Amino acid sequence: MNVFDIIGPIMVGPSSSHTAGAARIGKVARTILGEEPIEAIIDMHGSFAKTYKGHGTDKALLAGLMGFEVDDARIRNSLELAKQKGIKFIFNTVEMGNVHPNTARINVTGESGRKVCVQGASIGGGNIVITEIDGIEVEFTGNLHTLIVCHKDTPGIIASVTNILATAKVNIAYMKVYRTLKGGDAIMVIEADQSIVEENINCIKNISDVSSVAIVTPLNEGW
Amino acid sequence: MKNFSVEMLVQEANNQRKSISEIVMEQESADSGKTHEELLQRMLKSLNVMEEAIKEGMNPNLRSASGLSGGNTFKLSQAIEQGTIKSNMFSKAMVRALAVSELNACMGRIVAAPTAGSAGILPAVLFTAKEEYDVSDEILAKALFTAGGIGIIIAEQASISGAEGGCQAECGSATGMAAAALVEILGGTPEMSAHACAIALKNAMGLVCDPVAGLVEVPCVKRNVSGTVNAFAAANLALAGIKSAIPVDEVIKAMGTVGRQMPRELKETAEGGIAITPTAKKIQSCQS
Repeated sequence: MNVFDIIGPIMVGPSSSHTAGAARIGKVARTILGEEPIEAIIDMHGSFAKTYKGHGTDKALLAGLMGFEVDDARIRNSLELAKQKGIKFIFNTVEMGNVHPNTARINVTGESGRKVCVQGASIGGGNIVITEIDGIEVEFTGNLHTLIVCHKDTPGIIASVTNILATAKVNIAYMKVYRTLKGGDAIMVIEADQSIVEENINCIKNISDVSSVAIVTPLNEGW
Repeated sequence: MKNFSVEMLVQEANNQRKSISEIVMEQESADSGKTHEELLQRMLKSLNVMEEAIKEGMNPNLRSASGLSGGNTFKLSQAIEQGTIKSNMFSKAMVRALAVSELNACMGRIVAAPTAGSAGILPAVLFTAKEEYDVSDEILAKALFTAGGIGIIIAEQASISGAEGGCQAECGSATGMAAAALVEILGGTPEMSAHACAIALKNAMGLVCDPVAGLVEVPCVKRNVSGTVNAFAAANLALAGIKSAIPVDEVIKAMGTVGRQMPRELKETAEGGIAITPTAKKIQSCQS
């Protein structure tokens, strides 16, 4: 924990968990989508479902999807801004069962027709955990430089990705791989200490059997 | 800053003949690799957001989505202007606290300090000190390191989350942090900062988190006002040389214990306190 975790974040109110955290979940979904969204179906569970109107949780989730940061004053008007941009959106209040009380699930379609489904929880103070991508259970906070690689579960992919990072002198702090079934869809989540530059991301995209690559940059970069 | 106590901060400051803020900045610099100047500039940015929030919160047309907040800052400043309330340091500090808290409720841009629900206290204390004692923004930004350093200790030894420790953890922590910062701004010793923090925290001990309809509005907005006044009171006592009978680190630990002992109904669940009064229930039913 550092001083700027306490004196911060700079954010649009009223609630770090229900507004700032929600915006961050939306932003991660947007990053994973990797393009302008045109349609979103957003499910809210628990306390999100109960208090979203008063906390602007819906506005924050959508603002994040449009790429707004947690301190962007436009969060307040995000529903109108989305309509102006022609983005279709639906909010549902749902019961997801045994998940964190501040959980949202975002089904988003991009302008190319690409679809992703991202589920995350806002766990306090603007901190979040992403818990699912396209139905695959994952776990990362977005506090470090996070590389999300969607790929086929084939031998050598992990080595190919980590080799690129090693050459770029990027230190891996945490890493996890998840798969649906042997040889099926898989996701690699790498949390790194250094930023990962465009050139390296492109190299990773070019690895065969890699279908998409996204990078989530840390929240505390208000420098 | 890991594993620090307030007493260690004070001792370190005394040994090196420095202020608490300088010790916190040194630690922060060692942890993050940023220079003092980078840290100071980053904090000045947050300070600037606080100042803007005070100005924006004065807007008479502000209303929250629930309709529960907005417009009271204007009402209070009008009352001061018209002489209904005497214009002095306290009344002006109250306006600032209300301004930032109402702005937060109305989805304005604020600095969580330590949380969004308690975001009005530090700006109110700092910018009132700036006006009354003519201190520079740099001194205010440095004082935010004192506040932040103590905030880290409270977060580690007790809690700064209403869901974990009740309102004492949010408005209470902000008050303790602000009192310590104010003492440093006004030239008090590191010990005095520690006593001010202890006194302020004791005054907020046991405060429950009972938000009406689960929203960060009632009673949160007005608690920022009382928290601000509490910070001034505690700082003034400490500056006069009055000591807290219980050392601040013991107070912080006690606060953590009280938070754990508090039933879940009184920790941000909106299932206790004023949140379950007949009027609160009526308000809640209008929200869904």
